[in-house]
This record gives sequence, C-alpha cells and structure tokens, in this order.
Amino acid sequence: MKNKNVIEVENLSKLFGDFAAVNSISFHVKAGEIFGFLGANGAGKTTAIKMLIGISSPTSGKATIAGFDVYKEAESIKKNIGYMSQKFALYDDLTVKENITFFGGIYGLSKKQIDRKRCELVDELGLQEVANSLVSSLPLGWKQKLAFSVSLLHDPKIVFLDEPTGGVDPITRRQFWEMIYKAAHNGTTIFVTTHYMDEAEYCDRVSIMVNGKIEALDTPKKLKAHYKTDTMNDVFLKLARG
Amino acid sequence: MSIIFYIIRKEFKQIFRNKGMLPIIFILPVLQLIILSNAATYEIKNIQFGYVDADNSSISRRLIEQFQASTYFNVSERFSSEKEASQAMQEGTIDAYLNIPVHFERDLQKDKTNAIGVFVDAIDGSAAGVINVYISQIIQSYNKNIAMDLIQISDSVQKPNSIDSIPLFWYNQTLNYKTFMVPGILVLLVTMITLFLSGMNIVREKEIGTLEQINVTPIKKYQFIIGKLFPFWVLGMGLLTIGLILAKVIFNVPMIGNLGLLYAYTSVYILVILGMGLFISNFTDTQQQAMFIAWFFVVIFILMSGLFTPIESMPKWAQILTEFNPVKYFVEIIRMVMLKGSGFTDILPLAIKTLAYAILMNGLAVWSYKKTS
Ligand SMILES: Nc1ncnc2c1ncn2[C@@H]1O[C@H](COP(=O)(O)OP(=O)(O)OP(=O)(O)O)[C@@H](O)[C@H]1O
Ligand SMILES: [Mg+2]
Repeated sequence: MKNKNVIEVENLSKLFGDFAAVNSISFHVKAGEIFGFLGANGAGKTTAIKMLIGISSPTSGKATIAGFDVYKEAESIKKNIGYMSQKFALYDDLTVKENITFFGGIYGLSKKQIDRKRCELVDELGLQEVANSLVSSLPLGWKQKLAFSVSLLHDPKIVFLDEPTGGVDPITRRQFWEMIYKAAHNGTTIFVTTHYMDEAEYCDRVSIMVNGKIEALDTPKKLKAHYKTDTMNDVFLKLARG
Repeated sequence: MSIIFYIIRKEFKQIFRNKGMLPIIFILPVLQLIILSNAATYEIKNIQFGYVDADNSSISRRLIEQFQASTYFNVSERFSSEKEASQAMQEGTIDAYLNIPVHFERDLQKDKTNAIGVFVDAIDGSAAGVINVYISQIIQSYNKNIAMDLIQISDSVQKPNSIDSIPLFWYNQTLNYKTFMVPGILVLLVTMITLFLSGMNIVREKEIGTLEQINVTPIKKYQFIIGKLFPFWVLGMGLLTIGLILAKVIFNVPMIGNLGLLYAYTSVYILVILGMGLFISNFTDTQQQAMFIAWFFVVIFILMSGLFTPIESMPKWAQILTEFNPVKYFVEIIRMVMLKGSGFTDILPLAIKTLAYAILMNGLAVWSYKKTS
C-alpha cells in the first residue's frame, strides 16, 4: 500500500487563452505521503489542484487520482478526496455544528455517522464552547482547523489543502501540522501548498513550481543538498528567482 | 434523497437567519402591493372639464348639468368660443371640453339627431381613452332621456334615430380598478422576488467560494438543484398566500374561482421563474451581474404582460413577443380564476404553455449548470 501511487500526473497543462497557468507538469504522489506543493504567488498551484480534484478540466495531459481519470471519472474522484480551498469556504452564517452536519449530509453520510463525527470533531478541536456559535464569530485559526476537519469528514483517501495556514499565528500553525500528521498517520495522503518554508521541511517530498512548471521535486533533505543550502527558504529563493 | 433534505434545511436556516433579507422577502412585497395597487389605477377622477355652449338652450344646459352631477368631472368654465376652450386645453387648465353648436336644440328636434364636439387632451393616451369613455357614457344616458322627450314632443309614429349603446362591464361591474390591478401586481411580486432571490442565491455561493466546496463533493446535479430551488419555490407559494390574504382583507378583491386551481397553476409557474434564476446564475459570476440581467428580463416581462399597457395596442411584432412572456400567462390566469371564476379547462391552454416553459427553462438550467469548469 505504501508504495502505490495515488496521484499520477503526466504533462498536465491548463491554458487561459494563450497563457499557460500550468505548463506540462508531471509527478506522482504515493499513498500516505505528505506532499508539499510549493511555488510563488501565481505559480499555478491552485490551478493545478483544481484540475486534480475534478472541478476544472485540463487543457491537455493525463492525471489519475485514486485510480480515477480526471477527464472521465471526476465524480468518482470526488468520493475519494477532501479539499480545503485557499479561500475559506464554510458557511459563515451557519454554526460550527450546522456546517459539520451540512457537509456530512451532502457527502452522503448517515445521520448516525454525522452525529458521531460531529461530537468527535467538536471535542478534538476543543470547540465545545462555540459549537453553537456562527462560524463568522470564530478566529481565523479556528475556522481553518474546522475547515480541515470538515474536509476529512468522509474519510477521504487523499486530502488537498490549498494554503491551509495562510494568515494563521505560529501556535495555531503548529497545531494545524499536528492535525496533518495525525491524518497522515491514519493513512490519508496529504497534498498541501504553503508559502511557509518551515512547513516545507515537514513534508515527505516537495515540488517547487515556477511560472507553471515544476522546477524541482524531491525530499527537503536532498533538495537542500542539491542546491547546497541549509534551509528550504534558500532553495526556494534560488529557484523562484531563476 | 436525504442529501436534498440537508441542502433544503441549510437553505431555510440561511434565509431565516438573514436579518437583512427577511424584510426584503416579506415586508417589501406587502408595501409594494399596497402602494402599487393604489397608485396603478386607470380610474381618473377630477377631470377638469370646460364647455362651449353656443346654443344656450334648455336641452344644452341639461347636458351640462349631467356633467356637473358626475363625480368624475369638475366642470370649470363656460368658454365663449371654441378658440378660448382650445387655448385653455393648450395651457393645460382643462383636460376635455364639449362644443355644443348653435341651434343644437332646434336641429335635434327637427332632424332627430345631432352632433356635438368632444375634445380630449390626449397627451396621456390611456387617460384620454378613459375620459372618452366617461364622456360617452354621460352623453349616452343623456341621449336616452332626450329621446324619450322627443317621442312625446313629435308625432309618436316616428322612432328616434339616436342609437343607444349601453356599455356593460362584465366581471368587474363597478369598474373597480383595484380589483383588476391587485391580482396582476401580485403576479409581479411573486415573479420578481423569486427570480431575484434564486438567481442571487447561487451566485452568492460562487462569490464566497462555497459553491466550489460543494462541487468537490460527489453530490449529483439534480440533488443540488432541487435542494437549492425548493426553498424558493416554497417562498414563492408563501408570497402568493400573503398576497391573496392582503387582496381579500385590504382590497376586498373577489375570489370567484377555485383557489386550489390557482395554487396548482402557481406551483408550475414558479418553476419557470426558478429555472430562469438558476440559468442566469450559471452565466454570471457576481451578484451585481445576476441582478442586472434579472432586472432586464423582469422589466421586459412586466411591460409586455398587459398589466400596465394593453397588449391589443402594441404593434404586431410586440404582440407576438408577448406570447413568450410567462408573466403574461400568469396575469391572464390569475384574473381569469379570481375575477371570472374560470375553471381547469379554461386555463388549460395557458397552463400547458407554462408547463412547457418550465420544462424548457429547467432543462436549460440543468444543462448549463456545470460542476466542472
Ligand atoms: N480563471 C482564470 N482565468 C485566467 N487566468 C487565471 C485564471 N485562474 C488563474 N489564472 C492565472 O493563472 C496564474 C496561476 O494562478 P494560481 O491561482 O493557480 O496561482 P497560485 O500558485 O495558486 O498562486 P497563490 O500562491 O497566489 O495562490 C495566475 O497568473 C492567475 O492570474
Ligand atoms: Mg493559490
């Protein structure tokens, strides 16, 4: 199981008019991996993720997610993945509990499962006090943790996290990564983008995207060795500056 | 099935939690119904009325008295010449005048028939039409009385030549315009509110990004669409109910026909509007865009519905266009059912058209709704 590829991407591209937001990228991700998908603003990370999760059709190239083809089996992919968007996308005008119930419901979980998950989740996140408050009243860090948990409600094989820790304080970031590790430990494959290079160090492997292309892909250790630096930050700067 | 239920429940929660939206949904329509129904009337009172009486006979004075007795006319002034009267109309001090020629009485008795001039300021065409009807009515009834007198005066063998036409207004005998307007305005409200709310609702989810979050779930298109539209369908039916209650309580509009039939029809009609709302939201990215497009259609639909301007007086091509206007179908049907008591078979042709429209609009909406862009 460990060595099976759950994401296989080959020459995947997305054009907006003449502009190649994603320019023929190829990579694979193994089951259970924490895969860091790095790149500067506008590098094409979000665009690539949207193709992988089946909400944007690629212009060309191949990709299979959990064994399903992104062109023909997008709906099967959706059963097997979780997604946390770069933009907070839970309902501000629903309470914590209501959001959990709603998303559990549309993923087709039974009422029993939803009730159980809701209790577990509120406990784990320590949200007992605010469980019946509107999500709009929560601090950003809590919202992000909630969104992550919601994306895991249906026990997906792979979860795509697009900048999950953007704008979050260091303590909460740390807790967030503990959650990521826990999910990975339970066998979930993690596909995560971030702008924090310390977080890149936590990944099993990282790819670095520059202007729509993947310029480097390896373990943080090998990347640092290859570029002869001590930190991922320097690796990133060297690549992103070209 | 239960997935749909989760969406519906969430939608209702959001609707009733939105303190900015609730008044828009329920209080504004009520105000609109009350204001518009009182304002949008074809009834015209206080018509400024002048006359030229060159004859100055007992018969001509009797005619003027008829106008003085009417509550619709303010008989202002007797002009000494037609020129003066025409001048006054030019200046806008009078809306209409009557020109009674010299020897009016004499000629009437001699020839049994005579002509008088009626002049109406027709800047406002529809008002002029109404004024004309009022004046004709007064002259007709006067005509009848005169004819009686003439029979007695002259040799009774000869029949009076004047033609007697009595306008008879069916179904709305007192010509109460509110009775006529309230059902139409109710249609307008149900249409506007359901179209705006359904169209904006889905675009709003696009804007805040939750639609994307829903699109990454394995939810089926039909589940999402039914779950999304059903609450607004209920809302539309609720609006109809509130409107009907107001129509009865405040305006005392008769409800001759079967209300069940009206509800059955409305339930199909709202589907047309919801399909339209969804269709609009599929092609727009922001609530503003959706609102503009919805407005565009609503204005056309309303102006071409026969609610404010009679369809008969539109050019031929416009009349043909109105055949594709669902608002027109509903205005006709609600008036037929409420005021005339029309039954199922009477409204069937229009109801079938509406159903076809609903299938078409929702088909287009479902087809154009894409989970993958
Ligand atoms: N729908 C679109 N139409 C046209 N151009 C687009 C569209 N979506 C994204 N782009 C462009 O594609 C490029 C890549 O955008 P993308 O959002 O994928 O970058 P990103 O790596 O996620 O950046 P960030 O770190 O800021 O989130 C950008 O230049 C962006 O302007
Ligand atoms: Mg991005």
